Amino acid sequence: MTEKVLTKNISNVNDTTPIDRYEANEGYLGLRKALNSMSPDDCLLEVKNSNLRGRGGAGFPTGMKWSFVPKHGDCLPGHKYLICNADEMEPGTFKDRLLMEQDPHQLIEGMVLSAYTIGANIAYIFIRGEYRLAIQRLSEAIEECYNSGYLGGNILGSSFSLEMYVHPSAGRYICGEETALINALEGKRANPRAKPPFPQVSGLWGRPTIVNNVETLCNIPHIIHKGAEWFKTLGVGEDSGTKLFGVSGRVKNPGCWELPMGTPIRQILEDHADGMQTGLNLKGLLPGGGSTDFLTEVHLDLAMDYNVIGAAGSRMGTGTMIILDDQSCPVGMVLNLIRFFAQESCGFCTPCRDGLPWTRQVLEDLENGKGSEADLETLAYQIKYIGTPGNTHCALAPGAMEPLQSAMKYFFEDFKNHITLGRCPYEMNGVY
Amino acid sequence: MIHNIIQSDTSSTLTSEEIHLINIELSHVPQKSGAAIDALKIVQDKRGWVSDECLIAIAKYLEMSSEELEGIATFYNLIFRRPVGEKVILFCDSVSCWLCGCEKQKHKISEILKIDYGETTKNKQFTFLPVPCLGACDKAPVMMVGDELFTNLDSSKIEQIFTDYEQEAG
Repeated sequence: MTEKVLTKNISNVNDTTPIDRYEANEGYLGLRKALNSMSPDDCLLEVKNSNLRGRGGAGFPTGMKWSFVPKHGDCLPGHKYLICNADEMEPGTFKDRLLMEQDPHQLIEGMVLSAYTIGANIAYIFIRGEYRLAIQRLSEAIEECYNSGYLGGNILGSSFSLEMYVHPSAGRYICGEETALINALEGKRANPRAKPPFPQVSGLWGRPTIVNNVETLCNIPHIIHKGAEWFKTLGVGEDSGTKLFGVSGRVKNPGCWELPMGTPIRQILEDHADGMQTGLNLKGLLPGGGSTDFLTEVHLDLAMDYNVIGAAGSRMGTGTMIILDDQSCPVGMVLNLIRFFAQESCGFCTPCRDGLPWTRQVLEDLENGKGSEADLETLAYQIKYIGTPGNTHCALAPGAMEPLQSAMKYFFEDFKNHITLGRCPYEMNGVY
Repeated sequence: MIHNIIQSDTSSTLTSEEIHLINIELSHVPQKSGAAIDALKIVQDKRGWVSDECLIAIAKYLEMSSEELEGIATFYNLIFRRPVGEKVILFCDSVSCWLCGCEKQKHKISEILKIDYGETTKNKQFTFLPVPCLGACDKAPVMMVGDELFTNLDSSKIEQIFTDYEQEAG
């Protein structure tokens, strides 16, 4: 039986965890421990030693990210900021919603601890505007915290103070990119910024800023309360801790489960999602959201660890898998994804703004049976030039190319069949 | 595009309640333009959408050019620069919902309400818009109507939802 950490207060019923129930289940003990007996440097060391890696998709070590924030005295006086990235918009991703709706205090405690560690006195939760229930429950939980001394001036009698705000987004996928998010918080268009300078040094209003994903921050109270060594024992592979893994698509029991890091894909798919729906077979899967490369049946025994999935040519991303069955069209699926990325391009750089609509057009022609052999060469050309990091201002367009390049690698016959048949071979299957 | 530029008096265009709410946002930001998105949302919350007249008034109040504010307003999916119906339908058309047959359900809605994406029903009750992944992929297909999330959509469920709204509206 897996030890439940992030979801220990979460049941099947869609209710929230009020402050008394959160406190009764070891809630705010990590914060009390830190404020009573640990310096910010002690907390940083604990998080570094835990090997916690960012759960938003990139997998960057959290402790290392925090260590880039200049210490008090090493930068001009003024605010430092902590931002929680709750702009969950990666297609196929549905894990942060669960954490915010059903256990908002866990996120708040994680944010207070993280702010204490990096020396921030202002914190924002940048959340999707569509997440109405999460916005409401977080706002209520923040008010409970102000009333109980977990937020505001001199938290729990210490010298540490923190103000926290919920900021609902006006909606755009690119806001999930941390520097674009910072621009959105400053009231601007959410175009990503050039890096360097990195936000840790010059972020919101030009001040040191840390942006972390919801799930990453939710791990912090447990790491501080129970220690880095305990956290490391939770994973069954090379990475530490547990992870929310999800499965969507035409499986018998789609859902989201907290499992050890390193759980094999097959186990998630068969034991938790109960396998494919009757009459369908697995054709491929995107392991961590719409901007990750396809994997296939031969990869099912791989561990869901950042490096293992990376070595197989994909990325663990958000850890929420999207399953392609054998009755759905791979070209149609990739077209759906490219449409999304073309629409959500911020328009700042040419390869993304003009390249992605071009790719979409080529795929539309193929899907509608109007494609030619030359289109396959065009797609290969686009993958090469749009997909190479450094040709674009940020990672959106290279991310968009990941499902396309891997679909062309694994499902090339399907692309060819659209041309030879002059129609989509799957069009009779009733999905569309 | 800003049509019919009207030089209006800010105080008469924005209500005192709107100005009060914008002022609260201004207290958190080091410069006035920092509250641009919040101000747009406040006005939209009260009026359903942001008209040219309101946009110019907000820009003036925040001491920024209306062109700059227009660039911000049109960037974001949830700021409406055209009138919308009483309830906005945000229909998820992203990958998991697509795999679970959302295109069929989209056609069902179009058939019932007689509108396509970007359009508003004649009685101004609904505006129909696609939205990127709503983060409820285990319950695909999904949509929002106003503030409410509807999951595991199929034809009969969609019929029921809009029949209920019709009865509610009397």
